[in-house]
Amino acid sequence: MEDLSLHLLDIIENATAAGATLVEIGVFQDSAENELSIKVRDNGRGMERDMLAKVRDPFTTTRTTRRVGLGIPLLEQACHEAQGHLNILSEPGQGTEVTAVFRVNHIDCKPLADIGLTLVTLIAGNPDVDFRYESNIDGEKIIVDTREIKTELDGVDITDPEVLALIRNLFQKRRVNSSRHTAGGRINGEIED
Amino acid sequence: MAKLKIEDLRRIKESKKGTLNLREGVYRAKVTVHMGTCGIAAGARTIMNTLMTAIGENKTDDVILTSSGCAGLCSQEPMMTVEVKDLSPVKYVYLDEEKTKKIFREHVIGGKPVAEYALSMGSETTY
Repeated sequence: MEDLSLHLLDIIENATAAGATLVEIGVFQDSAENELSIKVRDNGRGMERDMLAKVRDPFTTTRTTRRVGLGIPLLEQACHEAQGHLNILSEPGQGTEVTAVFRVNHIDCKPLADIGLTLVTLIAGNPDVDFRYESNIDGEKIIVDTREIKTELDGVDITDPEVLALIRNLFQKRRVNSSRHTAGGRINGEIED
Repeated sequence: MAKLKIEDLRRIKESKKGTLNLREGVYRAKVTVHMGTCGIAAGARTIMNTLMTAIGENKTDDVILTSSGCAGLCSQEPMMTVEVKDLSPVKYVYLDEEKTKKIFREHVIGGKPVAEYALSMGSETTY
């Protein structure tokens, strides 16, 4: 995975595959504290204790099409590379909460990159799942709640190109302004598409 | 704080009055992008974005776009499956933006599968 927005897309796939009807996403960056945390909480079926114990193992998967599952191990590796850590809480029938923490100024911390594209991709691909996204990047806040959007749209499909464009536009300002300083110099958050 | 404006959403709602909600109604074609870890790492999000843009630009109103997990052919990602009404579903492999645009134009809109990008074609005979 090239950046954290792709990791985010990937682990939310686990939430939707677990039958979640609501996925709550939080992205919080505090550069003064040198911390970036990404939290994903779902109300899917959750995991038993023994599954939770081995979920970081790449040779663990619930899939039958192949024998490896790399989503969680790759994310944990990305955390470790940036002196961070990964926490997973889960309860059968209650859902799962994954928190990935990074030292944001670490030279090996991957950029967040295009979170807006990740969010619209999730919404377009899973229109029946609700997403609540909240981010605070050094004081700059964005909130998107598909439940509110669907209520306002009153029957119009949330995957309508005009609606998705509005959601993506919320992220445009951040993408232009988001650059950060690392030991390697200035790295611009503007990557992709 | 950035948040969607209610008046923008209401404007869209008004402009779509009387049009069908595709997912509840009938659609002519369905495109599924495979978005497992393998697909995402290989560029599935770009494929999804290309399709979202194409649907927006063409004002296509009878195609639904969806995502699924890994199909077990990780080495051939990014992949997508195109199902057009009355035609057999086709799985496309090793996709990029240009191939996706061509498939959208010729198969999804035009109804003619692009054999050169397909995983296999016509292999499901039973005789």
